[in-house]
Amino acid sequence: MSASPEAIGVATILVVVIAAYALFGGADFGGGIWDLLAGNAERGAAPRELIDESITPVWEANHVWLVFILVLLWTAFPPAFAAIMTALFVPLSLSLLGIVLRGVGFAFRHTAERLRMQQLTGALFAASSLIAPFFMGTVVGAVVTGQVPVHAAGNVLAAWTSPTAILTGFLFVAACAYISAVLLVTEARQRRQKELVSYFSLRAIAAGVLTGALAGGTFAELSVSSPHVFAGLTGRALPLVAISIAAGIAVLGMLWLRWNQALGLRVMAAIAVATVVWGWGLAQYPYLFPTSLSLAAGSAPTGSFVAEFVVAGLALLLVAPGFVLLYVLQQRRVLTAAETDADLRQATQLGQALRGQPALAPVSAATRSTTALVLALLAIRAIREVFSRLRRR
Amino acid sequence: MGAVAHALAGGAVPARSQMGSSLGFHIILACFGVAFAAVTLTAEWIGIKRGDAAAVLLARRWSKVMAVLVAVGAVSGTVLSYEMGLLWPGLMGRFGAAIGLPFSFEGIFFFLEAIFVGIYLYGWQRLPPWLHWWSGMPIVIAGVLGALSVVAANSWMNSPAGYTLSHGKITRVDPVSVFFNASTPYETAHMVLAAYIVTAFVVAGVYAVGLLRGRRDRYHRLGFAIPFTIGGIAAPLQVMMGDIIARFIAQNQPVKFAAMEYIPRTTRDVPEWIGGILINGHVYFGASIPAFDSILVGFSPHVRVIGWDSVPSAQRPPLVTLIHLSFDLMVGIGFFLLALAAWQAWWWSFHRRLLLTPWFLVPAALGGVAAVAAMEAGWVVTEVGRQPWIVYRVLLVSSAVTPARGVPVTLAVILVVYAILTAVSIGVPMIMSRRWRQGQPAEEETEQVPYGPSPAVAGISPAGPASPPAAPTATGGPADP
Repeated sequence: MSASPEAIGVATILVVVIAAYALFGGADFGGGIWDLLAGNAERGAAPRELIDESITPVWEANHVWLVFILVLLWTAFPPAFAAIMTALFVPLSLSLLGIVLRGVGFAFRHTAERLRMQQLTGALFAASSLIAPFFMGTVVGAVVTGQVPVHAAGNVLAAWTSPTAILTGFLFVAACAYISAVLLVTEARQRRQKELVSYFSLRAIAAGVLTGALAGGTFAELSVSSPHVFAGLTGRALPLVAISIAAGIAVLGMLWLRWNQALGLRVMAAIAVATVVWGWGLAQYPYLFPTSLSLAAGSAPTGSFVAEFVVAGLALLLVAPGFVLLYVLQQRRVLTAAETDADLRQATQLGQALRGQPALAPVSAATRSTTALVLALLAIRAIREVFSRLRRR
Repeated sequence: MGAVAHALAGGAVPARSQMGSSLGFHIILACFGVAFAAVTLTAEWIGIKRGDAAAVLLARRWSKVMAVLVAVGAVSGTVLSYEMGLLWPGLMGRFGAAIGLPFSFEGIFFFLEAIFVGIYLYGWQRLPPWLHWWSGMPIVIAGVLGALSVVAANSWMNSPAGYTLSHGKITRVDPVSVFFNASTPYETAHMVLAAYIVTAFVVAGVYAVGLLRGRRDRYHRLGFAIPFTIGGIAAPLQVMMGDIIARFIAQNQPVKFAAMEYIPRTTRDVPEWIGGILINGHVYFGASIPAFDSILVGFSPHVRVIGWDSVPSAQRPPLVTLIHLSFDLMVGIGFFLLALAAWQAWWWSFHRRLLLTPWFLVPAALGGVAAVAAMEAGWVVTEVGRQPWIVYRVLLVSSAVTPARGVPVTLAVILVVYAILTAVSIGVPMIMSRRWRQGQPAEEETEQVPYGPSPAVAGISPAGPASPPAAPTATGGPADP
């Protein structure tokens, strides 16, 4: 039994969404990692500010990519979802903890008043940026190596602690740091902050080399731990893998030669990450879990796939224009956080007007004591009522 | 409270507790996600229409609070979508193809909501007033449609439909019937109204406290009157809706209804119990109105109402007393809020000004807490009342729960994390309001709220207290060649 065209279609959407999450979510997590590595409060102030400014607008949307992945998986391929969630309960819970703590740290750090509190929430934010991608990586590693049992009866420790899974975890962390550093180079460049351009260029190159090395290591491991995926990566998906490697090297070259053309850098880095995710998807086809669960065996009925196509269509129709609108408004500087002078003056006048008005007399002492007395009497009556009822029974 | 309820319900105790506490927390934030935009837009509409600066200032500050709450809601919503799989693989593995559908649509509406919250929040300065007002409208619509999607998933668990099962595997799915199952219209209307009531009375409650403390300027009076009016319109609708839904449940899930109303045996002339604790088949401390339950269900004392003796004891919900008392609490608070609204409306119709005596303001200030309690109680009724089924008469909770160990650990972690999240969603608006009250509008420009375009992109770079604007040459770092 081969997979239906609908199943292949939804699987393709799933892979595209995973690639989007790897890019946007990865940049997001990576920002946290660089925040963590930025040094003490004084030395790290400038890079931290840049990271903060470039993450603020997007972190919200990144959660939604993840939610889409989960929802697509459980609607379209329920048996695979159930098995992953059962067998990989531990790493999934840990990655979830990372996501939640990130949100908490992020929401609080902008309103925290004291420096100590800000450092604490900042550290929380940064540390959780490390935890989340690492454990997500181990989950993917466990799936790729086919160590998730189709009928999982509980946690499977071995699945996500295999060398491949651990390597994939580190690979995810490095890739997040890499993609984020590249984007931060372009952000710094747009703000004409030369020091930060070189600061993040160096880090992007380092992270890029590390990502390449870890990818090579994982690749070598796969030849033993997952022959099917290895064969796919070196066969059917080879062009995609080659594009990814070429784009990765191109980014490193551009950074090295200081040819920091913003759009080109971003596109190249995006290609490097997206193609490797697509390559993984293609290499694993036709299996959800190589080689124990095929796409066809793990598929939901056609009706669910059709509904998912409708969802994807709606997303293109509604969400994409919304995003474009947000982006255009932002670029045209229509959206601002600060108040204009006129606004401030108006608000100040209003404040004065409010303060100038004689406030009505606060609740008088007499009213207060009367209220207290009446409430006390009512309470006494209620208690007596309860007790007399009790006695009657 | 939901957590305790689920913990006591036996069976998959830790998993139920975790799901219960996560949902019980998220549902409050979800209410604000659904309804806060409408309250804010009403204030802005009054502000623009009448040139009322106080109303505009209110709308502006509410939009900032909205951003915080939506951000926390996004986090707790992500937790929930994980937990659907982590805790209930037996449900998702078997029925994910059906119950997963409504969630996919919810994703789209949440995306839209997040985008337009960003535009609305940061468009205050440069967008023309009416255009800005309209930019908030998609949040209101997406909020209601998002609620419809999520509630449709819960309704499906109460009235499963739109799928064909053979050999324990779903072979055909009809998405439209899944989405619009028998319970969807009732539950959605009830939940959307609840969201408006919770949001409106909580916001009104905050300003009622301010009024009680003697801050009686126009800003505080409007801040109370706008949400209170919205809540006051929703409350009577909700009481009517509740009556209709109770009759629907009596028909659709008679055993749940029996637990709600203490009906042990299927008979005529069923009395209506108000309060009371059920011990060994006897109701203690309750007041009963003869035949009134039959009248409520079928408009005649001789109407037969199905009791829980209609199913074997293994299929009856546990904790009948909890279900009944939660139901009574919800109905009681519904009438309490209705009475408050009627009181204010009565006064207004004669005096054409707000009733602001402490006699009125103290209960009005408690209205917010009461509304949240009513919603949680209603949620306990529908969730515990469905037990022992996770999908009504199709799948037992015990067959859906994860076999993985470690749930007690995640439960403990989740409780701690939610305590922190609660602190964020109450603490951050409080810190903001303290700053506002200090009356230094200049500070608002440096105030950052999660998401929305960065101030630097907009051409201004505020120096947060954490990042003193140090000289770049001194902080170039090791990368500086």
